[in-house]
Amino acid sequence: MNAQDTIFYFFSAVLILSALGVITFRNPVYAALLLVLAFFSAAGIWLLLEAEFLAIALVLVYVGAVMVLFLFVVMMLDINLEKLREGFWKWFPFGTLIAGVIAVEISLVMMGDQFKQMTSLEPKASDYSNTKELGRLIYTEYVYAFELAAVVLLVAMVAAIALTLRHRTDKKSPNPSNQVKVKRDDRIRMVNMAPETKE
Amino acid sequence: MAFLSPDFSPAYPEIFLLIMICIIMLVDLFLDNDQRYFTFILSLISLAGCAVITFVTLSSEVQYTFSGMFVDDLMSDSLKLMVYLTVALVLIYSRNYIRVRGMFKGEFFSLSLFATLGMMVMISASHFIVFYLGLELLSLSLYAMVALQRDSALATEAAMKFFVLGALASGFLLYGMSMIYGATGELHTSKIAEAIQTKTIDHQVLIIGLVFIVAGLAFKLSAAPFHMWAPDVYQGSPTAVTLFIGSAPKLAAFGFTIRLLVDGLGALAADWQGMLIILAVASMAIGNIVAIMQTNIKRMLAYSTISHMGFVLLGFIAVDHNGYSSAMFYVIAYVLMTVGAFGIIMILSREGFEAENLSDYKGLNQRNPWLALIMMFLMLSMAGIPPMIGFYAKLSVLQAIVNTGFIWLAITAVVLSLIGAFYYLRIIKLMYFEAPEHNAPVLPSFDAKILISINGLAVLITGIFPQALMGLSLQAIQTSM
Repeated sequence: MNAQDTIFYFFSAVLILSALGVITFRNPVYAALLLVLAFFSAAGIWLLLEAEFLAIALVLVYVGAVMVLFLFVVMMLDINLEKLREGFWKWFPFGTLIAGVIAVEISLVMMGDQFKQMTSLEPKASDYSNTKELGRLIYTEYVYAFELAAVVLLVAMVAAIALTLRHRTDKKSPNPSNQVKVKRDDRIRMVNMAPETKE
Repeated sequence: MAFLSPDFSPAYPEIFLLIMICIIMLVDLFLDNDQRYFTFILSLISLAGCAVITFVTLSSEVQYTFSGMFVDDLMSDSLKLMVYLTVALVLIYSRNYIRVRGMFKGEFFSLSLFATLGMMVMISASHFIVFYLGLELLSLSLYAMVALQRDSALATEAAMKFFVLGALASGFLLYGMSMIYGATGELHTSKIAEAIQTKTIDHQVLIIGLVFIVAGLAFKLSAAPFHMWAPDVYQGSPTAVTLFIGSAPKLAAFGFTIRLLVDGLGALAADWQGMLIILAVASMAIGNIVAIMQTNIKRMLAYSTISHMGFVLLGFIAVDHNGYSSAMFYVIAYVLMTVGAFGIIMILSREGFEAENLSDYKGLNQRNPWLALIMMFLMLSMAGIPPMIGFYAKLSVLQAIVNTGFIWLAITAVVLSLIGAFYYLRIIKLMYFEAPEHNAPVLPSFDAKILISINGLAVLITGIFPQALMGLSLQAIQTSM
């Protein structure tokens, strides 16, 4: 076993253990942090495959942005864990059985000849730019898929706004724009009163 | 390195629709709430424009573009034309319904059109990544549309179930695709087909990929045993959205199945045939038998969808052009019937009242004889009684599988659809032979009334003269394979 294999098995072991931790830890903050670790190990495996850009993007986007936001949400919301865990142990044996059968079946297939014949990637020259190659492919051969992905993001934005933006009517808040634009005449009414005289 | 700009012309309808969606979203920003009709009209114009573009460029030759990721052939064009028609019908039928429920907003229309775009992408895809993106485009729009009525607990629950199960199914599909990619090293459907034929690939790996792909497809088609979401989502969604989910996406799912299973994995037909037999029999059995117990008509129609999808899968089991074209005919017939049936539910609903219980249909003949007649046509057609289109659809599918030698399957299908006839006929009995529970007047809007009449008569007329549609389906399949 050479150094590369050792690193691969190390990252894989950390990945699997942390992924297990994500679904078993009681504290959601631990779970979110373990997910960060899982993403980090996955990025390490990608680095071994010489997919540098993907590895860095995974760390920057998922670890840097998505998971931090997620942690904020977890910490701010008061999630009732007891209710979420209701029925967990009831279904646990059933779920484990099915997951076990699937895992065994998949590993039987994976151990077959198909994947043993695969040759490992040839190492690229040191001036080979993974990012450049990826960019070239995305903007030429995969331009259609790339545009579609952009449309999917647009749908996500429209959907998120449509589902969450609501103009509340039960809340009394002043409108700043109206407050700034207010004129003297809106606030003060000059009343001409005849002076009162004593009878 | 040289880069040739791709040929955009086969994708003009998609490009046009995307531009129109962006224009509609921008225009809608500047409209007041009482000017939303403008958005509605603009959406219909976009669909009509797409139809014109697709119709003008209609040809039976197969064109690939965008490095072979996009395919334009007669099948995709005819399915797309059906999608435009269905979505336009859905929007017109829903107009009144969504207006009184405060959903007559720009988002409803832009999400509908985004979903339409997703269906078009799915129908024309010939690359695994594009399949997935098209499917997600469609699904994401649908999830949001179900949840659009935010204050309804039922709708939110339906959206949540739909979203979680839909994400799971997409995961299945993606996993299956990655397995096939791992085994063949290709993502284009045609190249995958070629690789399976020429390379020596471990059959087991292909099969495990195939199992996951079929499971994902079955979910999207709502075929049993992957049908659990359908009744809850159909019942919980606002009827306008139920109509949307139950109609046009099935056309896209059909196109998707043809491209994935037949174009891409055609060499594994012997393997998926067996899987589809299980799905088809289970769907027909569960759909028809469980529907009998339902008292909610939306839920009942959900089970009816499941059983119809079983019939569509029967067409695939034949594994020949006759089978595929009869499945295509069946899907088109199904969409015509479903749009009409849900259209009537929406016409009978009014502000604060959903005509969703079977008892609401009692004595419809006395309240509005014409609507009752149309509903009778639709129900007879769904039950598969001649001379309605549903009869020919069932007949052609059964003929195709009998020709392939699956006589026991044909007999099972007939027996199960006979059981199913009960609940369709029950609605006719309620409408004609029982006294109405209430006598609120039925006042359909003028355009909905005209269209529902055409819709109902189309079910009858295409049933009497099915040759044109049948011929189109056969030609579409033959020139596209």
